[in-house]
Amino acid sequence: MENIVFVVFRRMRAPLLTLIVTYAVAMLGLVLIPGRDAAGHVWRMDLFHAFYFFSYTATTIGFGELPYELTDAQRLWVTFTIYLTVIVWVYSIGTLIALLQDPAFRQFVSERRFVRRVRRLAERFYLVCGYGETGSALVKALTDRDQLAVVVEINPERVSHLRLEGLRQYVPALCGDAGSPQHLLAAGLQHPRCAGVAALTNFNEVNLKIAIASKLLRPRLPVICRADSRDVEANLASFGTDHIVDPFDTFASRFAVAVRTPGLSLLHRWLTGRRGEALPEPSFPPRQGLWILCGYGRFGKAVLTRMDELGLEVVVVEAAPEHTGTPSGGCVVGRGTEADTLREAGIERAVGLIAGTSDDANNLSIVMTALALKPGLFVVLRQNLQESQPIVEAVKAAMVMHPATIIADKIRVLLATPLLNELEQIASYQPDSWACELLSRITAVVASRVPAVWEVLVDRDGAYAVAHALAGGQRVLLYHVLSDPLERERALAAIALLLLRPGERIVLPEPDTVLRPGDRLLLCGRHQVRDRMEWTLQNRGSLAYILTGEHRPAGHLWRWLAPRRSARTGGAE
Amino acid sequence: MNPEKVVFGFFIVLALTLNFGFFLGEIDNVAHHDVYELFAVIVVNLIATVLKFGERTQIGAVLLATSLVAVLQLLAAAVVWAVAAHASQEGVTPAVMASIVSLTGGAMLANVVSVVLLVIETVMLKR
Repeated sequence: MENIVFVVFRRMRAPLLTLIVTYAVAMLGLVLIPGRDAAGHVWRMDLFHAFYFFSYTATTIGFGELPYELTDAQRLWVTFTIYLTVIVWVYSIGTLIALLQDPAFRQFVSERRFVRRVRRLAERFYLVCGYGETGSALVKALTDRDQLAVVVEINPERVSHLRLEGLRQYVPALCGDAGSPQHLLAAGLQHPRCAGVAALTNFNEVNLKIAIASKLLRPRLPVICRADSRDVEANLASFGTDHIVDPFDTFASRFAVAVRTPGLSLLHRWLTGRRGEALPEPSFPPRQGLWILCGYGRFGKAVLTRMDELGLEVVVVEAAPEHTGTPSGGCVVGRGTEADTLREAGIERAVGLIAGTSDDANNLSIVMTALALKPGLFVVLRQNLQESQPIVEAVKAAMVMHPATIIADKIRVLLATPLLNELEQIASYQPDSWACELLSRITAVVASRVPAVWEVLVDRDGAYAVAHALAGGQRVLLYHVLSDPLERERALAAIALLLLRPGERIVLPEPDTVLRPGDRLLLCGRHQVRDRMEWTLQNRGSLAYILTGEHRPAGHLWRWLAPRRSARTGGAE
Repeated sequence: MNPEKVVFGFFIVLALTLNFGFFLGEIDNVAHHDVYELFAVIVVNLIATVLKFGERTQIGAVLLATSLVAVLQLLAAAVVWAVAAHASQEGVTPAVMASIVSLTGGAMLANVVSVVLLVIETVMLKR
């Protein structure tokens, strides 16, 4: 990367040398040719005046013939040298400008700027490699929640796309191959604030390289990898990649959860929703009756496996079974976009349909044909590209599954609120009624908007006041943290979802749970409540008020004065 | 034989020899020091500096540094001369000449270092 500086200097050599020599020759000539002063005496121009003369003629400023009018011999020489020096100037400046516009040079400059910006990051950030559909969805999901991301992307078009995206946070982006460790280091892999790496490029080998580099250079950093084949998954898992996300598998398991436990599926959607969004409505995919699955690619296969596990009756529609293979139950050959194929698959008695081909136009066409044949059908639409969003919304499918967004959300949860992932794993073993009960509690707290979900670590950084009180031997209970720091009798509109401490996982901890140093809490509630709670967590005065009901003096001086004052007033009484 | 090295060496040595020629003589005697010689010293030093641009080796970097020092000193000398000759009442007095010559003396020292480094580099290059 440094080499480019030398290249610039080397390329400026020739123009600078020409400039020096031309000036020297021109000045020398003017000094040697005799001139005349105002009175007509012979006068030789000295070097200083010659330099001055060429400084204004070579740069085409031209003040005139100074200090005395030139003789004809001098004029002859000047005529010749003016052309020479002006041309040399234009040549030098032209070379310099060409250098500044050189793509390699500009790449170098922007890389330097990127490295400087990353080095200066003072908050936790996530390193996202690959800014494709998934990468952009992840970066958007992170920045929408005020978290920082750094992007490495090989395609310059995608990088400029990122710059135009209008994200809430500034996202530094490097245009380069994420598979090269140099680029990863430049993007802050060894930065102390780097909190996780997501390898989301379209190439399994590159993702593999990123995972290896990250695990070798920062063994404790969480690494999340996208993998499309079992082979790569096994390889990634072999050296401790923390999470491997297979888009199709993730997608299929979400569908299975939605069918088996609609409440849990809704809970997931509520807790991972976007800020300011209205609470999503529940949907109930039918469990009895015939399902039609269009498309038997990698996606279709993953979904079919899950549907078989659930015991659903499925008919598969596939246009090219010779490429994809035929499912064990056989399949209807066709694209599914025509009414005939759908009738053959048994649309009349179907209850649900999954449009799962890799082409958005075909999927939309399948859904529209199916709904025309059988209104009220439960349709699941697979959306492949972000840009199809407006038309996908217009179709009003019961469920839309956009693999990129699903993976991005999953990765965001894994990176930013790992406890939420933990909670969902625990929840998957609970009956649906458990999820429904929690849903009603959340509704009571947040009314109609998607709740904020956040983690609190009880230590000097995450909760200074609480950690201080605990170290001082005070008992802090969970409901203290959940009280309003302005009015201690009132509870804040927040729910503690999970408490994690070494050797213990408490789901929905009771309000009288005693907090200990090092506890990790997962909370959900309104966005404003989160800020309000920071007071209790961080400000010793606020916490003392909640614990005792007294307003304690906060400053050093007042804290020193307080015992004396209370002694005096106590004596007066 | 590398013609680039010939030109390189030529200008570095020429910068020193011309500098020495100007420096030679009584320090405050105006007649011993010629303005055209100073002009030549400056031009050759500038060329030598530009030739050293873009040298990647450690020795190349030090060579460039010494050249920059020499050019800085020589330009200072030229400015002193121009101010004395054209912008002051007294003209080039022996005192002014002494300061000009001492400035070029400093430049000469830098040029000596340059040549020594050049010789070292040549000796190290066992080809």
